[in-house]
Amino acid sequence: MGWLSESLNSSIGKKFIMALTGISLILFLIVHLAGNLTLFIGEEAFNLYVESLDKIKPFIRVIEVVLAAIFIFHIVNGIKLYFENRGARPEKYAVNGSRKNSTLFSRTMAQTGSIIFIFLVIHLSTFWKAFNLDTHAADASYYNIVLEWFQIEWYAVLYVICMIILGFHLNHGFQSAFQTFGWNHNKYASLIKKIGTGYAVIMAVGFASIPIYFLLGGM
Amino acid sequence: MVKLDSKIPSGPLAEKWTNHKFNIKLVNPANKRKYDIIVVGTGLAGASAAATLGELGYNVSAFTFHDSPRRAHSIAAQGGINAAKNYQNDGDSVYRLFYDTIKGGDFRAREANVYRLAEVSNNIIDQCVAQGVPFAREYGGLLDNRSFGGAQVSRTFYARGQTGQQLLLGAYSALNRQIAKGKVKMYNRKEMVDLVVVDGKAAGIVTRDLVSGEIETYSAHAVILATGGYANVFFLSTNAMNCNVTAGWRAHKKGAFFANPCYTQIHPTCLPVHGEHQSKLTLMSESLRNDGRVWVSKLKGDMRNPGDIPENERDYYLERKYPSFGNLSPRDISSRSAKEAVDDERGVKGQEAVYLDFEDAINRLGKKAIEEKYGNLFEMYETITGENPYQVPMKIYPAPHYTMGGLWVDYNLMSNLPGLFVLGEANFSDHGANRLGASALMQGLADGYFVIPYTIGNYLASDKPEKHAANSAPFKEAANQIKDFTANLLSIQGKHTVDEIHKKLGRVMWNQVGMARNAEGLKAAIKEIKELKELFWNDVKVVGKAEELNQNLERAGRVADYLELGELMALDALERNESCGGHFREEYQTPEGEALRDDENYTHVAAWQFDKAGAWTRHKEELTFENVELSTRSYK
Amino acid sequence: MAEKMINLKLKVWRQNGPKAVGAFEDHDVSVSADSSFLEMLDELNDSLERNGKDPVVFESDCREGICGTCGLVINGQPHGPIPKIATCQLHMRHFTEGQTIWIEPFRAKAFPVLKDLAVDRSAFDTIMHAGGYVSVNTGGVPDANAIAIPKDVAAEAFDAAACIGCGACVAACKNASAMLFVSAKVSQFAVLPQGQPERYTRVQKMVKVMDELGFGSCTNTYACEAECPKGISVKNIARMNKDYIKAKVKTEKIELEA
Repeated sequence: MGWLSESLNSSIGKKFIMALTGISLILFLIVHLAGNLTLFIGEEAFNLYVESLDKIKPFIRVIEVVLAAIFIFHIVNGIKLYFENRGARPEKYAVNGSRKNSTLFSRTMAQTGSIIFIFLVIHLSTFWKAFNLDTHAADASYYNIVLEWFQIEWYAVLYVICMIILGFHLNHGFQSAFQTFGWNHNKYASLIKKIGTGYAVIMAVGFASIPIYFLLGGM
Repeated sequence: MVKLDSKIPSGPLAEKWTNHKFNIKLVNPANKRKYDIIVVGTGLAGASAAATLGELGYNVSAFTFHDSPRRAHSIAAQGGINAAKNYQNDGDSVYRLFYDTIKGGDFRAREANVYRLAEVSNNIIDQCVAQGVPFAREYGGLLDNRSFGGAQVSRTFYARGQTGQQLLLGAYSALNRQIAKGKVKMYNRKEMVDLVVVDGKAAGIVTRDLVSGEIETYSAHAVILATGGYANVFFLSTNAMNCNVTAGWRAHKKGAFFANPCYTQIHPTCLPVHGEHQSKLTLMSESLRNDGRVWVSKLKGDMRNPGDIPENERDYYLERKYPSFGNLSPRDISSRSAKEAVDDERGVKGQEAVYLDFEDAINRLGKKAIEEKYGNLFEMYETITGENPYQVPMKIYPAPHYTMGGLWVDYNLMSNLPGLFVLGEANFSDHGANRLGASALMQGLADGYFVIPYTIGNYLASDKPEKHAANSAPFKEAANQIKDFTANLLSIQGKHTVDEIHKKLGRVMWNQVGMARNAEGLKAAIKEIKELKELFWNDVKVVGKAEELNQNLERAGRVADYLELGELMALDALERNESCGGHFREEYQTPEGEALRDDENYTHVAAWQFDKAGAWTRHKEELTFENVELSTRSYK
Repeated sequence: MAEKMINLKLKVWRQNGPKAVGAFEDHDVSVSADSSFLEMLDELNDSLERNGKDPVVFESDCREGICGTCGLVINGQPHGPIPKIATCQLHMRHFTEGQTIWIEPFRAKAFPVLKDLAVDRSAFDTIMHAGGYVSVNTGGVPDANAIAIPKDVAAEAFDAAACIGCGACVAACKNASAMLFVSAKVSQFAVLPQGQPERYTRVQKMVKVMDELGFGSCTNTYACEAECPKGISVKNIARMNKDYIKAKVKTEKIELEA
């Protein structure tokens, strides 16, 4: 399989990995958000949602492992690209004119990605840990766990900021993936860009609305 | 007196090349790899020659002073390339292309060479299409053509306004393929500074590495020069900044004859000069004359804006003087007519410029059609001048553009020095006293793809030249001479910069050896050029060192050669007591002001032998016309 | 005609060789608004030469925006602030009185500085050697009209082929990626029928060499397209990506021939 690792390590191969894993994560986020929005329906609905996931635990575990692998691929590959790309220009320009030729979103994928990674660590060590590892009383409500966390001000604000940054990342990532797959068509390219921006806004607003809702609700 | 043998094959015109190809000697395929060939220059002629010779199996070393072969000035040709395909069914044929070219050259080119050029023109188009050159096409998918000056048929193939670029990239791609295969060794950023001649044969070259400054020697069984023209002798020309005559000139000083140096082409459609610090002139493709109308005011000293000059006060002088060719009259005629209008004080607002107006074409065809045809040219015009040519007429004026003269070659494209071949604009062979539009690309590729691969084999197989070591005495001697020459330039440390002297030379050339010449002016020019040469060698300032990247030194060496060439151009113009094509002597004109040839005394090529600095011997190669009748060129 | 003059402060990058340490040098110039940017540098050099100083090394040739020789980064933008032109086509009328102009070379690991503002772009040639051609020998080709090529296909090929190889895409890209340049050549042949036989080997070979030369990867910022003097589209990059992936996934050949 020498050809495979060679292909995946080529510049286009690495782009391809970023795009493929990125698109997978984009799809995951849709499911994730859809589930989270049950919080707005109420405690019962959310608890039911989480419990129903609990019933298919082995399956969820497999999904989680796959997701983790995708994340790791996306992150490791991204870090590798970042350093290689920096190395491609050892002497920097004294005047940076990139504002004039590209968007902020596209130039800051490594930075927004890093922040999202930090967020991910926090997210896993709080919610995921609370839902999956911590022992709860038999009548504990998942809904209340969320409520408690989001009524901590700094935590909620951090969440909101991170979700905005996630939106930045997705805004570029979505259409970028299509470009990488070679789907840049006169007729559909602008539509894809719009869908990407729409998607990014929905994700950012959707995820951020939850902490805002609980924070304001708790006040 | 040296007898110049053009080696034109016998037989009827249309069969000469075919017979010649059969009669010449071939190098057996297995033996080709035993021959080393040096190609200097990687424009259309050089790149196509190097690629084709590599394909055949020769060991080729190709040299360019550019950072990449793709930069050669062929790339800037805009309009197109002629071929006698007759795809338009408008009566074209090989014979008509031949005839138009001979007539366009004012009957000062060799019949046999020109016929061969017309004959292989069709192969060029086939070859380029096969390489993936994206020529313009019709909706049906077949190739499109347009018409060009000096022809009444549509035979010009084009790729928007970037035909030269696309053809060069085609040749460059073929060259790359041979470089990848190891059949061509490519040397970038190495400028040929001398030719090495051993026992009367070209044996190799001396180069200066433009990055390290190192002087190096290379030997081969044959040397091909495809080093372009010398229009930069005028300082301001449409040539690229680095175009120069050095390779050809140094070969000339080593014994190669320089033919018809006075035949220079002044292109009619260039942007006018804007100021003292201008570095070069920009050409607007002649194809614009297909739809643009050239005019000036009928009144002297008219300072009105073009829009304020009513139709009946405009003089569409080309349409008036040459009704059948009109705005598509040949270049020399169009240029001279512009000069006449300006000399008559009818230039645009007192400037050295005339109008090229698209108003009628836009009204007739619509802005979109004009945009499709000339969009990039219009954009280019606006970028440079800040004026929108869709709204106000373009201002144009003639500028030095192409040089028909060059090193003398025989039918095989070999100079009088055995083993030295010269292709493309660097030779003198196919355009006579004036070149028609879209013929330079044709000649460059004809020479490189379809002529030299045959004729060089003949030389190698029949002369069996030997290869000398690149470190043998004659090479070392040549290299040392160049080192001395360079040291000399750097040691003067005078007051005048290289560009300053070049500009002065350019002014002398433009005023006295330009569009119109006379004996008195030419004599004065020779004197002035000699003085400039004196000034250069006593008081020029060249900064920096020899062993480094030194652009000032590069230019100094080139200007030193221009100063000598300029003198020879004036001398050649003075000796040619007639007007023909791009060479217009004011003393020799018809009462209507048209060029007046002297066929009795000047139906010959003037080939100059270098004797010593400032002294040449003029040799003649008589031109015989067996197929066309010498007529007064008329485009009325 | 009275020329409009403007006064400018130049900060010009000077570097004596590939390994030397470079720095900016200050020059005050007064220049005609009708002059081109390179003519301004010509004038600067003329005055430097008169004072016995080394002129600023910069490259240019055709000065019509087609040869691709020139290329400076002007106030952070390759070929300066005006879109779709090369440095040689930039005129001083686009600058304002008293403005400071930073002039830098194209910077990339794959484009080492030779001296001052001149860089070595031979890496582009090396990529072209790998496959930037249709493998046909001279002679023995079919008649030019033997294959009909739809007008829009020819136009698409031309749009890609219009690349002048200046390297502004690399200079503009934050990753110094050469994808736009390489994809332009790959695309020209990928859309034309003449290029089909080698379509999938060509893309693999050219990308492989591109990667070996130290260019960065593309992260789809499209700065290259924005700064390209010929407006080469990033659609070409998409096409190259697709062809490359397709080649790697579908072709049976495991090893690329040299």
